[in-house]
Amino acid sequence: MEPFPQIPMLSYDVVVIGGGPAGMAAAVRAKELGLNVLLLDENDYLGGILPQCIHPGFGLHYYKEELTGPEFASRLARKLVELGVEYKTAARVLEIKNYSDLEKVVIFTSPSGVYQVWAKAIIYAAGARERHAFEIGITGDRVAGIYTAGEAQMLMDIYGVLPGKEIVIVGSGDVGLIMARRFALEGAKVKAVIELMPYPGGLARNVMILRDFDIPLYLSHKVVEVRGKGRVERVKVVKVDENLNEIPGSEFWIEADTLIISAGLVPSVKKLKKIGVEIDPATGGPVVNDRLETSVPGIFVAGNSLLINDLVDYVAEQGELAAEGAKEFIEKGGIESKKWIKVEKGENVRLLAPHYLSGEGDVYLYLRVSKPMEDVELRVPEIGKKMRLPVVKPAEMLRIKLKAEEIKNTEKLTVEVVKA
Amino acid sequence: MTTYRFTCIVCPLGCSIEVEVENGKVKDVKGCRCPRGKEWAVQEVTNPKRVVMSVLPVEGGALPTVSVKTAEPVPKEKIPELMKFLANLKLKAPVKAGETVAEWEGIKIVATRGA
Repeated sequence: MEPFPQIPMLSYDVVVIGGGPAGMAAAVRAKELGLNVLLLDENDYLGGILPQCIHPGFGLHYYKEELTGPEFASRLARKLVELGVEYKTAARVLEIKNYSDLEKVVIFTSPSGVYQVWAKAIIYAAGARERHAFEIGITGDRVAGIYTAGEAQMLMDIYGVLPGKEIVIVGSGDVGLIMARRFALEGAKVKAVIELMPYPGGLARNVMILRDFDIPLYLSHKVVEVRGKGRVERVKVVKVDENLNEIPGSEFWIEADTLIISAGLVPSVKKLKKIGVEIDPATGGPVVNDRLETSVPGIFVAGNSLLINDLVDYVAEQGELAAEGAKEFIEKGGIESKKWIKVEKGENVRLLAPHYLSGEGDVYLYLRVSKPMEDVELRVPEIGKKMRLPVVKPAEMLRIKLKAEEIKNTEKLTVEVVKA
Repeated sequence: MTTYRFTCIVCPLGCSIEVEVENGKVKDVKGCRCPRGKEWAVQEVTNPKRVVMSVLPVEGGALPTVSVKTAEPVPKEKIPELMKFLANLKLKAPVKAGETVAEWEGIKIVATRGA
């Protein structure tokens, strides 16, 4: 079967889409497991977003030391090269086709031409995209000076360009807070961070940044309008009530030449949807089993395409797991389990993955709570599992390990976060 | 007596720490789950320090900048001075990740990306 006779054909056991931490860790592990692997990345360099994340705080779990983003990326890239993993940069995937369980095709363009790759399994690690100004209901003039946080980060930390002098940041997630520090360090005035929710969105360690640089944080506020001639001149901020409705009369303007949107990430799964992969509306990523296999057999997913992570360490861990899944899939011609244990969200659990467990091995569950709480227990009542936690916040992903022997005889599991 | 409340930044756990200070002396540290956190909390009220990162322009590299960090934490009040020092630096490729590209008041400035 060769539906594209005019396109040069390559053949591999597994194609990894995305050269960020999830993809690189997946490709490294796949190679170590003896698979013939090709990694594709659309950027000119490997590492995904990491090379522009120049702040420290990466790798505490995975490498047991504190690294910057570029350092974390270069360690994985070095390993990739040492092992002789084949990879192509500036390679943009156009289409994924799923012909049968062990026959998949990835079509990509690259500076040397268009190719089709036949593979038995695909590991999809294309990361996430940033939510933009229109998505969060900001109206007004279409002027220069509006960036997403990631764009601004790339401008500053790859190209060395400061995007503005007086900056308002929408969103107090990690990306927004880290950019607030970068702007302040490089001499821009960060006039405010505007957060819709009544609590900060980022990891506690990053919220500290605001104190370091005396940056005002407006909780329960939103930016609704941007005005300017040619360039941003001022933004309109309004207070919201507990139902996130705007409070009339609470509007005020902040003068600024730059508006940075840091309103969260959305898993990048368009190409997976096209081939019928089932998506979990809560995570925005695919529904997966404990091998991180999607509802389409042989398509695995890892990293921010699976669900939005806050630690790169977990992203790399997911990449390795997906590679192990791919190995098993290719060897056995499919991952079969007599019964799948369904994992359900209980009280104060907003999102959760994986969704189905085989019970054949130990597994990490990743989850986020819906609301902040103190002195709680993460419980899996069906197996009597409990984990005590002093604080939980929606910003911080929780991870719990379930052992194979604990879960193998259960039908269904519920995960809940309740008062201890 | 003054009580300082903040979130530990030593590791991603982010413990909520309370430090009680009386007459410039640390009386009590509450809420941290490890000795590293306690040490940090004491330092945070007596002499706060941060690892500083930035990018420096580089000539002839694949990318226009090289990212750098201080090899050790820098006293917080000296950070603006350090940033001014960094603003005047320019590098030439090749630069290796891990290479010391400059030194400021005895603190090494280390490249974290190659060029």
